[in-house]
Amino acid sequence: MTDHEAAYDAALQEFAAEVGPDGPVCVRGGATRWALGGEPTSDTREVNAPAGVVAFEPAEMTVRVRAGTTVSELHQQLAGAGQRTALPEREGGTVGGALMVGESSIARLGRGAVRESLLQACYVCADGQIASGGAATVKNVSGFDLCRLLVGSLGTLGLLGEALLRTFPIPESERWVQLRGADPAATKACDTAASVLWDGSDMWVLLSGYEPDVQEDMNRLRDCSDASAPPELPSHRWICTPAEAVAFGDYATSVGVDLSGRNGSSGRFVAEIGVGVVHASVPQPQRIVASGVVELNRRFKQRFDPSGRLNPGRDPLKKT
Amino acid sequence: MVSVLTATRRVFNPLRRNHNEASASASNAVADTADSDDTALVADLIDALGADRVRADSAARYLASHDASIYREGNAGPICFPESTEHVVACVEAAVRHGRAISPRGAGTGLAGGAAPLGRPVVVSTTRMNKLLSVDVENGIAWVQPGIVNLDLSRALAPHGVHFAPDPSSQSVCTIGGNVANNSGGPHCLAYGVTSAHVLAIEAVLSDASVVTLGDLTAEPAGYDLRGAFVGSEGMCGVATAVAVRLTPNPPAVRTMMLAFQDVSHAASTVSAIIAAGIVPAAIEMMDQRCVAAVEDFAQAGYPKDAAAVLLVEVDGPAGGVAIAGEKIAEIAEANQAATVRTAADEDERARLWKGRKSAFGAVANVMPDYYLHDTVVPRTKLVEVLERIYEIVDRHDLIVLNVFHAGDGNLHPLLAYDSRVPGVRERVHAAGREIIELSLDMGGALTGEHGIGVEKRDYMNRMFSAVDLQQQGLLRSSFDPYCRMNPGKVLPSSHSCSDISALRASDAAGVWG
Repeated sequence: MTDHEAAYDAALQEFAAEVGPDGPVCVRGGATRWALGGEPTSDTREVNAPAGVVAFEPAEMTVRVRAGTTVSELHQQLAGAGQRTALPEREGGTVGGALMVGESSIARLGRGAVRESLLQACYVCADGQIASGGAATVKNVSGFDLCRLLVGSLGTLGLLGEALLRTFPIPESERWVQLRGADPAATKACDTAASVLWDGSDMWVLLSGYEPDVQEDMNRLRDCSDASAPPELPSHRWICTPAEAVAFGDYATSVGVDLSGRNGSSGRFVAEIGVGVVHASVPQPQRIVASGVVELNRRFKQRFDPSGRLNPGRDPLKKT
Repeated sequence: MVSVLTATRRVFNPLRRNHNEASASASNAVADTADSDDTALVADLIDALGADRVRADSAARYLASHDASIYREGNAGPICFPESTEHVVACVEAAVRHGRAISPRGAGTGLAGGAAPLGRPVVVSTTRMNKLLSVDVENGIAWVQPGIVNLDLSRALAPHGVHFAPDPSSQSVCTIGGNVANNSGGPHCLAYGVTSAHVLAIEAVLSDASVVTLGDLTAEPAGYDLRGAFVGSEGMCGVATAVAVRLTPNPPAVRTMMLAFQDVSHAASTVSAIIAAGIVPAAIEMMDQRCVAAVEDFAQAGYPKDAAAVLLVEVDGPAGGVAIAGEKIAEIAEANQAATVRTAADEDERARLWKGRKSAFGAVANVMPDYYLHDTVVPRTKLVEVLERIYEIVDRHDLIVLNVFHAGDGNLHPLLAYDSRVPGVRERVHAAGREIIELSLDMGGALTGEHGIGVEKRDYMNRMFSAVDLQQQGLLRSSFDPYCRMNPGKVLPSSHSCSDISALRASDAAGVWG
């Protein structure tokens, strides 16, 4: 065993041993997005990633956490020091799952994308060995960026065991407000909007920052009223550009989905303004990907997992 | 494989003869002392790009052989000045035909030898691809060519009330393509993040001359994050030919503060206390006594010359929060025995305070004729201990160090000033540098925070990463570039680089390898 390998704790080493060097294998986290990109083939062995917060350093604004920890549990611990991460909280969803799925929270405007959260990753490679990418510091450009590659990879390149995540302070004031019959452009003047949701007529805005600035934005928005929570989101998550989200009906039509023709709630959508994510009641058609990008995806998978044993059946190109 | 194909073409390709004939007139003006081995390649490049876009004379090759680092072993082949993606494709195609590697090059301001070409490759300079292609306010991005200068971009964006957030010290000359290659940072990356957080899509020419767009303008592009993997790859994955950069709105309010201390440790503990208080300033920069004195003589920034350390702290955002955070920072500084707490009264004073910081490297010239600028990262809570040990290392090697760095994210820039005419001084500079790098790693830090690995730190990669880690990094590289034609010999220690490099080396008669 080399010094580098000895540095991994027992939980990681046990995880690596469980993954082993061969046979189809996948990790089950909270299974909140289990079918995304395809379900694992039936012969796939399920393993569990280790859980627990390893080290939280509020003054570094980083936390080292095992992949099997739920995001809510992590956030509960961080909240003790007034901090959190950009990872979305889903009922039972794990840190590893959130990173491998790569979907941002609805407050991405204020908290940033999930892909910017991962500073260091310890993962089990296709051959069963433990690898680590990134560094234990908030800033690092030492070598190629494996962390970026892993986020959103659905565990098809390596199985995440432990992550060092960026944390940040929870703002002193956070509140949801609602505007009826609003134009999405109305929030452009807001400095503290951490989330802007629009269902085609009403808008919900999460104001987040220092209290005087939040108050100032409430004055700017005029006819807003306090909302206890964001609206319920339709179950399908579309990915588009910010401009397409603002004109979502037209965008849906352009890809062959007619929202206007549907009755009642079936045509409902909630767009994340300024981000380019739309929650709709119908699924997004498969996105068209250029052949060069498909080829690169194939090469990455083939090199990192030559026998195709990691999450067989899943394909990050087919996430929607 | 590459060398075999090349050899075949060299012997049998009838086009080569034509190119040789054509080159007699076409390359006269540009190839006065071109290596005879390059003649066919130069002719081929001129054929594809036109004579005014290819240089192979010794002066041009000399200039393209190094970057701003002290590394002097680079060896450029012909230098191309493409003006379009099609030109870059033609450069790569010609290099492939002649079995040569390709080294992309921006402004050459890199400090780790990343742009120093190894093995006489075709150098693809992006300096003429310097246009702002479009501004898309609705999607919050601008498409730019890679050769656009960082500061020129922000100036061009100013009428829209937005800017490109990464602001490296070299921003008045460095290019966006170089920023992408190095995942560049700068003082304001503390709050805003480094280049990878500000690039949405990259059009790149890969080593097989194919053109591909990595990422897109959507929130979450389909498939692997290829754009994220490409950023920071130091020119080893392809040549970026267009970049979609994120537009960052100019903050509604800014407060810049200068905090002076009689003790370095008080400055460092102020940094930790600010972060621990839940404040994320836009920038926290630190300068130690020697640096403050040099800068003050040079730029008259208004720093107290007798201070052991000066912190430059900037908070920005909505006005209310800026005022609250500014007051809290002043309280923290006073609790940590600050001798001076000054807030810039107006834009002039703010500019002057920043001018001091940004001219630090120029100011060194008044101290010593040469300098070696280091770049490592340590956990920010270890700053005091690390600084004390750096002074101890430097004293032991009888050298002078000026510290000017991004304290907020623990990104150190110890600058060793020396006079290269003094016998033995270079060896001492390298020995001290080695100890500083190892110290940073021992403290749980990283080899580099923003300058990159290049050739400078290539052989330290084994110290930071295991063989498995490096093998994984090698897979990322070879997925983009299975032939290892793009800027070979950088970042990864030779045992983890492609085997093709040895083939390239064999074909490189006059090559000098670092």
